[in-house]
Amino acid sequence: MASPVSVSDVLIVGGGLMGTSAALFLRQRGRSVTLLESDLVGRQASGTNFGNVRRQGRPIHQLPLANRALAIWRRANELLGADVEYLQSGHIRVCYRERPENIAKMEEYAAEARHVGLDLELLTGNALRDRFPFFGPDVLAGSYSAMDGHANPRLTAPAFARAAQRAGAQVFENTRIIHAAKQGTDFVVTAEDGRSFRAPILLITAGAWGNKLSQQFGEPVPITPRGPNMSVTEPVPYAIAPAVGVMTPVEEETVYFRQVARGNIILGGSTRGPAHPDQYRAYVLPQNTMKQLKQIRRLAPALANLNIIRVWTGIEGYLPDSMPVMGRSATTSGLFYAFGFSGSGFQIGPGVGETMAELIDTGTTAIDLSHYDIARFQKAES
Amino acid sequence: MADREVTPRVVVVGAGPAGVRAAQTLLEAGIRPVVIDEAARAGGQIYRRQPANFRRTHQELYGTEAARAQAVHDGFDAIAVAVDYRPDTLVWNIADGQVWTASEQGYATLPYDALILCTGATDRLMPVKGWHYAGAYSLGAAQVALKAQACAIGANVVFMGSGPLLYLVASQYVKAGAKVAAVLDTSPFSNRLRAAVDLIAQPGILADGVALTRALAKAGVPVLTGVTPLEIIGDAENGVNGVRVRLANGTEREFAADAVALGYHLRPETQLADLARCEFAFDAKTRQWLPKRDLDGRASVAGVYLAGDGARILGARSAEVSGRLAALAALADLGRPVDPLTVTHLRRQVASYARFARGLATAFPWPHEQAANLPDEAIVCRCEAVTAGDLRRVVNETGAKEANRAKAFSRVGMGRCQGRYCGHAGAEVIAACANIPVEQVGRLRGQAPVKPLPVAIAPEGEE
Repeated sequence: MASPVSVSDVLIVGGGLMGTSAALFLRQRGRSVTLLESDLVGRQASGTNFGNVRRQGRPIHQLPLANRALAIWRRANELLGADVEYLQSGHIRVCYRERPENIAKMEEYAAEARHVGLDLELLTGNALRDRFPFFGPDVLAGSYSAMDGHANPRLTAPAFARAAQRAGAQVFENTRIIHAAKQGTDFVVTAEDGRSFRAPILLITAGAWGNKLSQQFGEPVPITPRGPNMSVTEPVPYAIAPAVGVMTPVEEETVYFRQVARGNIILGGSTRGPAHPDQYRAYVLPQNTMKQLKQIRRLAPALANLNIIRVWTGIEGYLPDSMPVMGRSATTSGLFYAFGFSGSGFQIGPGVGETMAELIDTGTTAIDLSHYDIARFQKAES
Repeated sequence: MADREVTPRVVVVGAGPAGVRAAQTLLEAGIRPVVIDEAARAGGQIYRRQPANFRRTHQELYGTEAARAQAVHDGFDAIAVAVDYRPDTLVWNIADGQVWTASEQGYATLPYDALILCTGATDRLMPVKGWHYAGAYSLGAAQVALKAQACAIGANVVFMGSGPLLYLVASQYVKAGAKVAAVLDTSPFSNRLRAAVDLIAQPGILADGVALTRALAKAGVPVLTGVTPLEIIGDAENGVNGVRVRLANGTEREFAADAVALGYHLRPETQLADLARCEFAFDAKTRQWLPKRDLDGRASVAGVYLAGDGARILGARSAEVSGRLAALAALADLGRPVDPLTVTHLRRQVASYARFARGLATAFPWPHEQAANLPDEAIVCRCEAVTAGDLRRVVNETGAKEANRAKAFSRVGMGRCQGRYCGHAGAEVIAACANIPVEQVGRLRGQAPVKPLPVAIAPEGEE
């Protein structure tokens, strides 16, 4: 067998936001790191998502991780030496008149979140409309988080990768890993073109492709690839500060928008599209664009005066309970996972990287990872 | 017309010379096609018609091409009621065997058995410092102003760039009574001599071209070749004041003007072929990516056909032929009888136009080296106001050398034109900066909608 291209303390497979941020934080802890990316860093879920830096709406148990991530977002430009267009400009989550029961849910969530460092302000009636006059008549109430905001996903994971490289990490793009195994005390992973890489610790952050590797260690997970449904308008004068989203049990109604400093308004949500991890392609279905625009008009009728100039999507990995796989392998010592963030990974991403670096470096973390244990899928099967 | 079949359903996109001839050919074979066109009236860009209440003659509007324009217009008028004609309608996306249209009435879907894309061309543009000032137009826009609205883009106009359209539009301006300050061609005159061996394939068109140049000279218009554009002089307040160029002999010269028409020949509108998932290949002669097609216009995707300048820039005359050829290919693939002699005859004509086009590419090359020399402060992407320096910084600092990657980091090509006007130049700037061949930079992926789409859009017949 050919000698490995690299030998390091930690091998990371998957160059999205989780993998690139873990690489940077592991370097800061003095670990040598090799990061392997099948395509270009941050091209799929990490680069094509909506860009919500949103804590509210996450499960209460996830808020400590989200808070940890927020602290990183707040110093991201300085940490990365690049502008990732992070704006802490607020986030408002609204519900519709036809689901008044959501107000009670918002109140209950706000009461619990307050104990975990997330302050939310509930707004209804004129108080809501005076502050956010763009909402349509169907909007009943909103939960406002002043400390949430948004950032540019296209720039973020690549900026983490460059910062990790400057800190000494080796980054290999266009490196498709097809085989991973533990040989003695080391993991050896092999790329499609025959190159191999070696390290005593392996972190799999391969998003929708995560299962292809975890199953090689006897830990298959039922991951489903989907594509986010994204559109962007032409630029108009900057007027809408917060990121805006709808709280609803109906997927089609779940739309969101945010205005970037350049002026364009990014529209996201409604029905997700098909994704093809084997071809590295996902497609926006035109009918989903149409459904999204209809829901956007309901949420903020004034946006109907604009044009969309582009739609896009990428490949996200969804798990049945919408919770990621994050933490140690249940079968193999030295093996770690952080993938399958189910369309909700962007805000917590840097926190995931920092937490995984801490867990790998020190063997422990204060962040509660019990909800993300990969063993939950094996238990369900047996 | 009830006896004509609507199944199989054949959709023709575009009603220029290629689309009109494709529709005619289908109708002759007993199939009633759907013809979708963005314009209010058929004719395409080259034979664009004036609004219904304008009264100029075909001779006044189209000069040497009057008879051909008349034939295409009359040809379509004769079948307009027989086909399912949808003017003022944009095809904004293609997916799963359906085209998605948008019009004042809303959106609609249309499944097809065969899709003939006759999407035409737009100007190929090379940035120059100052080209974002008011008064800087593309050649095509300068021509549209004249043809459709009987307006000139300025009172004293410089035509700068290269290609046959440069001379055609300049002479149309002269004829219309506008003052043409200069025609500044980046191609050295010697290229035309080298191109003669191919240009002779279409002696008639060649003679027309030579006559245009003579007419300009006769009108006292300075016509200079081998020119290097340096700057469009002007300011944000007042727009264009003139141009500064380096002449073939190395001296710099300024020309006063209140408007500039810019263009370097044409580029096919290939976004729909891209959305239909057709494969593309790099054309080294013209340094651009083009959808693959066979001799008759079959794309790499079954049931999709490409004709006219939307596939290759072979000119309007060739478009009429390739439109017919693509329709015959579709008919043959649908199991209809097609006369093989006709096909052979049409293929021969296209081959001759292709040889002529090769000559034009030799005579009027895309001046890609200008991209390498663009000053950092020159804007490359006008939609997003991204300069050459911004783009070079992204290439140098992030290592992004692939077109879509550089777009993601720099915003070049991210605006409302989606890189249709800056994509080629952006790729050249990246290639020169990274010192790699331009084909390695790749091409911008097509993304719907093809043109801006109203958020207000609803299904036809609703809201």
